[in-house]
Amino acid sequence: MPRSLLIISRQSPWSGPGAREALDIVLAGGAFDLPIGLLFLDDGVFQLAANQDARALQQKDLSANLQALPMFGVEDLFVCGDSAAERGLDPKALSLEEAQVLTVGEITALIDRYHQVITL
Amino acid sequence: MKFAIALFSAAHAPSSRRALLFAQAALAGGHEIVRLFFYQDGVHNASGSVVTPQDELDLPRQWRTFVTEHQLDGVVCIAAALRRGVLNEEEAGRYQREAVAVAAPWELSGLGQLHDAVQDADRLICFGGA
Repeated sequence: MPRSLLIISRQSPWSGPGAREALDIVLAGGAFDLPIGLLFLDDGVFQLAANQDARALQQKDLSANLQALPMFGVEDLFVCGDSAAERGLDPKALSLEEAQVLTVGEITALIDRYHQVITL
Repeated sequence: MKFAIALFSAAHAPSSRRALLFAQAALAGGHEIVRLFFYQDGVHNASGSVVTPQDELDLPRQWRTFVTEHQLDGVVCIAAALRRGVLNEEEAGRYQREAVAVAAPWELSGLGQLHDAVQDADRLICFGGA
């Protein structure tokens, strides 16, 4: 049985390459068919804000890559509902419908389920 | 125990120093390091272009000595390194850049090497993440 890996993505999409580089680990894991999960936590939930316009910042849009995650075999997607609510985002209106909304308590249990964790 | 160590912070960050101290302590304690993987700003720790003031710790040099002495598998993420201008001779040639910043004992390779290390190690220890 391959070891499972949870990526906790904590950076907003346009604060630097952090969010994209966290996503790249996830996509690479999906390509190798590894059991991989992705949790959006703290400012990471901004990656799921609807109607972003990356072009205004002369950046490449990240949300299209996020939408493609299930296609790349990454289906274990989670978002911290508390992080979203704290930032004025409606947890039910985020751009990644597949992402399961979790409470802080549920996240503790989630982290316990994975062999290894990387927080970026 | 078999450790994989991932480093995400630049050479001047305290977390990068802690990563080296941890790696040294792991070996001193009789443990194995299956791989060091430098990602994000961590790629700067493999750079031979960093000049540290004389009265400060030259971390890239210390990493280089440590990896060479113990013949460790030191992998620098190629995509993260290209983005930050930390090229080896092969990549500098490929992209027609003059500056070569990284050489042996470091190897530039892909994120598959991180996943491979995660599968191989008992524990993945990360330094300098968010």
